[in-house]
Amino acid sequence: MAGIGGKSGESASSAFAPIRAWLIAPTWLMIGFFLVVPVGTMLVYSFLTKEFRGGVIWEFSLAAYDRFIFDRGLFGDEPPKLELTYITIFARSIVQAAIATALCLIIGFPTAFYIATRPVSTRAIWLFLVTVPYWVNLLVRTVSMKFLVRESGPLNTFLQWTGVISEPLQIINTDFAVQLGLFYSYLPFMVLPIYASVERYDFALSEAAADLYAGKWTILRKVLLPTVKPGIIAGCILVFVPSLGAFLAPDLLGGAKNFMIGSLIEEQFKGNAGNWPFGAAASMILLSMVLIVLLFYARRQSVRAGA
Amino acid sequence: MALASRNIRKYPGFFSMTLLCMVLLYAPLAVVAAYSFNDSLSITRWGGFSFRWYLDVFFGLEADKFRDAAWNSLSIAFLAATASTIIATAASIGMVRGGEFRAKPASFALISLPLMVPEIVTAVATLIFFSAIGFVRGYATILVAHIVFCIPFAYLPIEARLRGIEGTFEEAAQDLYASRGQAFRFVLLPLMAPGIVAGYLLAFIISLDDFIITNFVKGAGIETLPTAIFGAVKQGIKPNILALSTLMLLISIGFVTISYFVSRKGVKPGGHGAPETT
Repeated sequence: MAGIGGKSGESASSAFAPIRAWLIAPTWLMIGFFLVVPVGTMLVYSFLTKEFRGGVIWEFSLAAYDRFIFDRGLFGDEPPKLELTYITIFARSIVQAAIATALCLIIGFPTAFYIATRPVSTRAIWLFLVTVPYWVNLLVRTVSMKFLVRESGPLNTFLQWTGVISEPLQIINTDFAVQLGLFYSYLPFMVLPIYASVERYDFALSEAAADLYAGKWTILRKVLLPTVKPGIIAGCILVFVPSLGAFLAPDLLGGAKNFMIGSLIEEQFKGNAGNWPFGAAASMILLSMVLIVLLFYARRQSVRAGA
Repeated sequence: MALASRNIRKYPGFFSMTLLCMVLLYAPLAVVAAYSFNDSLSITRWGGFSFRWYLDVFFGLEADKFRDAAWNSLSIAFLAATASTIIATAASIGMVRGGEFRAKPASFALISLPLMVPEIVTAVATLIFFSAIGFVRGYATILVAHIVFCIPFAYLPIEARLRGIEGTFEEAAQDLYASRGQAFRFVLLPLMAPGIVAGYLLAFIISLDDFIITNFVKGAGIETLPTAIFGAVKQGIKPNILALSTLMLLISIGFVTISYFVSRKGVKPGGHGAPETT
């Protein structure tokens, strides 16, 4: 069985073939039983009737999805009107996640580029600095941001002390605070993939463009950006997807007015006021949106690989 | 033109953006750490340097609550990281050294599923599932949920490491009359060790970090550090929360530092520095 000669690489790569089913089975069981089956159960629950004290009655109903789109009045005998509350929450979540992604890109791209063009010896230190906050508890980071930007917080005190502003800035409980929180939560996800693609970028291309009298920013736009685009897209998806369903940043920094999908879902499962089928339906819609984004990305990748 | 082409790696403003990035990343943490030493009942005014809020965390009115929460957090992280690392190590060997098989793409999709499903959706699905099968929510449900979402985080570094190990090492061992088990235990496993340690640390910190899923599946009467902090912060940020946050910050930084050195060790060709596994 120990390969002497030509086919040695192959024999090692399938050395565990006889027991591979046993090796992978625990993963199949754990994720299958405790994630795939639960998502299936959630799908079923989204078509059930709500019970008033939380939980469900096993009776088929489309009420959860219906409630999303239509307002049928209290007794259901009025003509249905378009219900905008939940559509607005979803639309706001998409906009907030998109703005947070844009913020991450604006700050993250120059950072990634700067790090990737450092000498190899200092790159590791810069990367280390970017990744440390990712390892810090997300809740701790969000609470820290809340502490910093709140009305009588250190940021306002500092700005008033320096005389930049006379009245404290109202940052907390605004849309901007949520964007800032999402930005802070997921910034490393933007920097790392862009860094990886800029690091692989061959600067001879830029030099060739410069020899042909292209200006610096033209080179950036027409040569570098198209080449590192896969990294940028990966970074955008890695920030956008978790931002869409985020709970902590909107909840702690946004206050009651700036509801996002995460808070809407969470509310359906808290205490006795909840509506489980509705929460399950909202989760299914969120999951579908995320899977669509990911499928789109996977298709692009496979098209790219095929070309 | 030579001067211009030497400058193509430099863009004006990129360094200031990097500095801005660093300030944005570290300012909130630095401010919280600084104010945790504030000797004042108000979180706004500076009243001099003191350790009183650290003492408060350990011996104050809420000390019991925090101690229980810390114990739950750490023990769950320890158990979840251990279980998910064992499961992920086995899976990575099956995937990388198991030859080609039909279910391979599906297996990989399944392993990365916890990364793709939004956390809050996993939380809702797990809550509904446990409630549907009539399982009482508590320590066990948190642990199971944590093992599941830690698997991909443990798997990825281990798989990456294993992919980088050439099969010739095991073959050489077997040529020298090592049995399959010996080749695995004395050759492959030590070579995999840096990946396994990195995967374990990542799983541990991910479990320690989790708030949303824990909050859904924990049931009443049991808290982990994040859920305890969240509950406290809902009533306003108090100075002892700043001290507790700073302690968690230190734990995280300790972990990154360890993992940084472990992964540096792993970079060395052939992994000759791999520790003994006995």
